[in-house]
Amino acid sequence: MFENIFGIHEQALLLHGQRVSVLATNLANADTPNYKARDIDFSEVLARTGDAPLPLQITQAAHITFNDSEMPAGELKYRNPYQASLDGNTVEMPVEQAAFSENNVRYQASLMFINQKIAALQLAIAGQ
Amino acid sequence: MSLFNVFNVSGSALNAETIRLNTTASNLANAESVSGDSSKVYRARHPVFQTMMNTADAGFDGQGAATGVRVLGVVESQAPPLMRYQPDNPLANKDGYVFSSNVNSIEEMTNMISANRSFATNIEAINTARDLLLKTISMGR
Repeated sequence: MFENIFGIHEQALLLHGQRVSVLATNLANADTPNYKARDIDFSEVLARTGDAPLPLQITQAAHITFNDSEMPAGELKYRNPYQASLDGNTVEMPVEQAAFSENNVRYQASLMFINQKIAALQLAIAGQ
Repeated sequence: MSLFNVFNVSGSALNAETIRLNTTASNLANAESVSGDSSKVYRARHPVFQTMMNTADAGFDGQGAATGVRVLGVVESQAPPLMRYQPDNPLANKDGYVFSSNVNSIEEMTNMISANRSFATNIEAINTARDLLLKTISMGR
């Protein structure tokens, strides 16, 4: 019953967390010559997280199965700049800031879904 | 938890932008300094930023997603110093010329504004990451 209570939001939260770090890297390197802005193709990576690549071998009855699909993984892609700057940097501040705040909101949305799920389960357990 | 990387990455950017602001301050302070020798006059200094590719820690799938920025070095502007005819200046050379620094004040001011904006952006990124982490810690309460 408790195997997948949070649905997609568990993976989504992890992926949004990683995207925060990727976008923060873009923002940090906004003035670095020749730096190429990178991003995660969110829907593509999230679509792939469902299928676990290699399950752990179970040789004893007491072994606990470990779901390896916890950590979403995929390729980092390079952003296509609207207008590349002369120093070879492809970070466009407004684009990155917009993506950053959007990601922030989505992270909080996933977190809220998880929190509400926990609250609902606690209500069901307590029964009042 | 990759959210913690934001502190390292944005922190390194804050450091780099601070160095940029410091060189700007140095350039503006020395904008009017003169010398009688063109090789001894103050030259505008600018930091060179570089992505820290060697610190490919964690990141997204080990692809070095979280890479900060560092100052590779500080280079001096190669623009020629300004020559002024001031024969009554005690620093003037035998022809009556003094060499003024090649600092371009307008360039420095715009550089300062750009550094200021970048600094604020990185502070904002750190604050956002902190808020998200704090909210994640209190999950389920």
